[in-house]
Amino acid sequence: MSLFKQITDKPWERTGIIGGLRAEGTFSAPPEKVALVFFLVAASIVFSLFGVSYVIRMELPDWVPVSEPSQLWFNTALLVVSSFLFQRSKAAVSAGKKSVKSTFAAGGIFAILFIAAQMVTWQNLQAQGLFMTSNPANSFYYLLTGLHALHILGGLWVWSKSLLRLLSGAKPEELRLSIELCTVYWHFLLIVWIAVFAVLSNT
Amino acid sequence: MALAVVIFALVIGSVIFHFASPWWFTDIISNWQSIDTTILITFWVTGTVFVVINAFMAYCVYKFRHRSGQKAAYEPENHKLEGWLSAITTVGVVLMLAPGLFVWADFVQPPENATEFEVLGQQWQWNFRYPGADGKLGTADTEFVSEENPFGVNPEDPNGQDDVIVNAPEMHLPVGKPVKALLRSNDVLHNYTIAQLRVKMDLVPGLTSYLWFEPEVTGRYDILCEELCGVGHFIMRGAIVIDTQDDYDAWVASQPTFAQTQQAAEPDLAAGQASYAVCAACHGVNGEGNQALNSPKLAGLQDWYVERQLNHFKQGIRGGEGDVNGAAMIGMANMLVDDNAVRNMAAYVSTFPDIPATPTIVEGNIENGFDIYDRNCAACHLDSGSGTWYTDAPKLAGMSDWYFVTQISNFRAGIRGLHSADPYGEQMVSMATAMSGLNEIRDVAAYLGTLR
Amino acid sequence: MAYVPLADQDNEADLHHPHSWVTKYVWSQDHKVIAIQYGGTAILVGIAALMLSLLMRMQLGFPETFDLIDPNAYYQSVTMHGMIMVVYMLTALLLGGFGNYMVPLMIGARDMVFPFLNMLSFWFYLASVLILMASFLVGGGPTGAGWTLYPPQATLAGTPGHDMGIILMLMSLAVFVVAFTMGGLNYVTTILQNRARGMTLMRMPLTVWGIFVATVLGLFAFPALLVSVIMMTFDTLLGTSFFMPAIIESGTALDHNGGSPVLFQHLFWFFGHPEVYIVALPAFGLVSDVLSTHARKNIFGYRMMVWAIIAIGGLSFIVWAHHMYVSGMNPYFGFFFATTTLIIAVPTALKVYNWVLTLWEGDIRLNAPMYFAIGFIFTFIHGGLTGLFLGNVVIDLPLSDTYFVVAHFHMVMGVSPVLVIFASLYHWYPKMSGRMYHEGLAKLHFWITFLGTYAIYLPMHYLGFLGVPRRYYALGQTDFIPESAQDLNAGITIAALIVGSAQILFFINILWSLRNGKKAESNPWGAASLEWQTPDTPPIHGNWGKELPTVYRWAYDYSVPGAKEDFIPQNMADADVEMESKSD
Repeated sequence: MSLFKQITDKPWERTGIIGGLRAEGTFSAPPEKVALVFFLVAASIVFSLFGVSYVIRMELPDWVPVSEPSQLWFNTALLVVSSFLFQRSKAAVSAGKKSVKSTFAAGGIFAILFIAAQMVTWQNLQAQGLFMTSNPANSFYYLLTGLHALHILGGLWVWSKSLLRLLSGAKPEELRLSIELCTVYWHFLLIVWIAVFAVLSNT
Repeated sequence: MALAVVIFALVIGSVIFHFASPWWFTDIISNWQSIDTTILITFWVTGTVFVVINAFMAYCVYKFRHRSGQKAAYEPENHKLEGWLSAITTVGVVLMLAPGLFVWADFVQPPENATEFEVLGQQWQWNFRYPGADGKLGTADTEFVSEENPFGVNPEDPNGQDDVIVNAPEMHLPVGKPVKALLRSNDVLHNYTIAQLRVKMDLVPGLTSYLWFEPEVTGRYDILCEELCGVGHFIMRGAIVIDTQDDYDAWVASQPTFAQTQQAAEPDLAAGQASYAVCAACHGVNGEGNQALNSPKLAGLQDWYVERQLNHFKQGIRGGEGDVNGAAMIGMANMLVDDNAVRNMAAYVSTFPDIPATPTIVEGNIENGFDIYDRNCAACHLDSGSGTWYTDAPKLAGMSDWYFVTQISNFRAGIRGLHSADPYGEQMVSMATAMSGLNEIRDVAAYLGTLR
Repeated sequence: MAYVPLADQDNEADLHHPHSWVTKYVWSQDHKVIAIQYGGTAILVGIAALMLSLLMRMQLGFPETFDLIDPNAYYQSVTMHGMIMVVYMLTALLLGGFGNYMVPLMIGARDMVFPFLNMLSFWFYLASVLILMASFLVGGGPTGAGWTLYPPQATLAGTPGHDMGIILMLMSLAVFVVAFTMGGLNYVTTILQNRARGMTLMRMPLTVWGIFVATVLGLFAFPALLVSVIMMTFDTLLGTSFFMPAIIESGTALDHNGGSPVLFQHLFWFFGHPEVYIVALPAFGLVSDVLSTHARKNIFGYRMMVWAIIAIGGLSFIVWAHHMYVSGMNPYFGFFFATTTLIIAVPTALKVYNWVLTLWEGDIRLNAPMYFAIGFIFTFIHGGLTGLFLGNVVIDLPLSDTYFVVAHFHMVMGVSPVLVIFASLYHWYPKMSGRMYHEGLAKLHFWITFLGTYAIYLPMHYLGFLGVPRRYYALGQTDFIPESAQDLNAGITIAALIVGSAQILFFINILWSLRNGKKAESNPWGAASLEWQTPDTPPIHGNWGKELPTVYRWAYDYSVPGAKEDFIPQNMADADVEMESKSD
């Protein structure tokens, strides 16, 4: 039954059990996934509000556009590979393959490389004398990339827990949900990164 | 049962309270009667709803209270009734909103012929600027702000040279002319409110906001800050005087232009020194002060403070009833014949070598004194006790501590600071309440003695 | 799908029952224990905030007589009272407390879906409270920037607690947002995924609807607070200029340049306005259930009530700038926000109508919870109607930043939710504790609280009409406020002191009744919703014993024609309903 139909239902007119073992209106997804979706919406709002603030701040007179370092294209590629590998491991575990370990591990390692590369970019910027307070565009640059990196670190924490279980002999099947959730999360972070990158480099 | 009666009584009581109580808006003196009308419409609509729904509820509670054998009705919903209620509510909302939006459209669009003036807020004072003969305000920015140029008027801007500068919390406007206030702030958010005009708007650092009105009744009205702006928020007061056109013109003519404030002649130190001879008898040759003669230390005081206080004595703003020593100063200050003499004297006093006075109050609780000072006084007089032109706060550290005690006591007793021409004194009357009595005043004095 | 539906996992033996006292009461993962931890902490900080308000009232009412606080302490009290009451008391108590307790019981679940996360949520909340309280101990004390924490003054000399106090406040808020997110994800997922068999969305009690929509609002609105907190922290600690324009501090120019204080206000109120409904919607839900149960009648217009909750929730995201009519933002925004704000009055008014119509032709049992619920309708009508003044942009010109605003929001989101909280605590006390509270004491508590708060806030509106500005340590002399305003202030203070001290009655009542109250039956009010149908009172870990309940009907089958009893529990099948014998 569609959500609209459900909330226009006159509940007093129907008695008896509605829905099967699970009540009508329950999603056929595990709760972890539902929770993740809500979390991702909340996280998108955080990033969007930063985006809105960025645009509003941009219109103030002291704004100096800065060109983004070209290393960022390389960093982006690292994150794309990371996301791709997660997708591969998800597909593998769905297909019932046993060899998930290496793909899954590599996915995370590329994410770590991404963060390392981001830090190198930070250092290069600072070497050029572009600090947090140098101008508002730089402040946003550090803030947004830092916040994005923090989100990846959070993901890596879940990833490392799953990886440890995989390495200590757990079957991929048992970790199917974790791998799926990591994949969704990584795709989300890739999209956020691309959006952040696009906003930063177009202004 | 009791509940139904009480609710009904509260409804009646509220209505009676509204109509019988003397508390309502102060009389309006501007063109914004339309705001009052919108309020009245809203009052009648909401008041009717308040009475009808609550009375109905009280009736229900009374009528359908539990009695044995009673059974409630079973009625899940009544779409028609809900539809009607939504429709009526919507009509009520439109009735209130529509006139409001028309008035707002008027408010956001100042008339073409409105003359501009500027309100500058800073912790915790009002300052005003009027366009000079050219009718244009010069540009201004915080980057130009200094002791000599507190407005931050751009010295390069020709439009700004003839701007009339009012570095005091009292402004004037002519009656019957629409005006547009441009609002700026040097530090934090403030809010320019005059209750009798019915309008208010925040002053925001970094941008210029505005409002407009047309004063219709002459008189003097309070300006209040209504946006929390720090510990001195409640003492940030000013006044607006609505004059006849002639009075207004005369007042404007008596205020300095920006160019004049920038080109003031150097004070004549020699003349100041000459007139100081009389003062030296009590205050000492180098302004070191003499407690036995009730003469405080002068060395170290900022020249603008000395100048203002001398003028206050001359004009009888200080040294009134209850202030015997202050009264003695009136005669002395009157020996300075004009503003220049006062200025020369102040300039001379500020050349004295500032050797900190020996503390005379040592038994105070320094820790408590620090606590009170740090929490309430330091905001204006600074942590170091050096005071600053920005908040019009004189130096306290290293000055005569016994004098501090008598003056704070005078502020608390209303002996000093209540004269209408002493706005900064009035601020101290309010702030001095931070010290609950003589003991705490001495605590602060003792703490000040530790600041060198 | 390898995924096993939750309903199949309801084997009671699968639950990990706590074994030691510590796992049962301290590191507990049981939603009911967490609820009590959350609620207890919230009430404690609420008492602290109440004390602060009484300090302020004594200063305002009798400035010469009581010399308890200086201007600095006054602004710190203003700030901490507001922030604690709105965030750490009301939000935590209504969602952390009632949300945790009610949701699993009302939807027929054994617990939240993520019990561990739920426990973490409480401990993070406690941490945020401790960080906040720590600001009373640091040099300079807590921040006195007002609960809105507007930059630039929040971080400048001249504002109390501008050094450490504000930093601790920002940290505490960030931790609170984390705590709320953990709890919020739990409530939302639990309500969506963990409902008992037959519990359709429209069979849920309005309490669950209120909590559900409020939680979604929180998940979407708290990010705005987080964003503003982060940028403000950067401005303060790292010297960026997100919100800080070029500024003179005590005569010296600061390094900041170009930032926008108004941007902070937009972000803050994008959180702040939904926050009002994060508090109000659970209260709306709770009070609906209390009213319906004690009126022995279904809540009138259940569907409209649900839609109104959703509509109010949605609209609450597009009205935020009505807090900023005189903020110096582009004044043309006023047209839009005044319109959206007044539109919100329509669904809100419908809720009020439906509460009152629930009483119509009811069989009203005037128990203490019902007193509080009806008292709520009265205060909420009052607070809602004064909101129509402030929402209408031109009327905000004379009234904003005066005591009218203070009176309005205390009426609508202070007194009203608190009356609901008391109604609910008395109403569910028998289920939570297994004992009945003392009815007489509860009613006395009601009379003093209800009449006392009205005596505080009705006159306060008139201070606002007079033009008395808010956040003033002392009014001093003005040319337009009559001397009699001080009498009004003194009267308000006396009423506040009476109301404040009368709250002791509540604590005496619940503590005394815990041991000495009459033993409660499992369903003393004859309520139809699931939480009253648990096999044990108070419900034990796992809530439902061996078997989860099955839901056959909506939560409001009161006084159904033909049925013998005047209520039919949600978990009773048609076949089991005892009918009136034909001869009657």
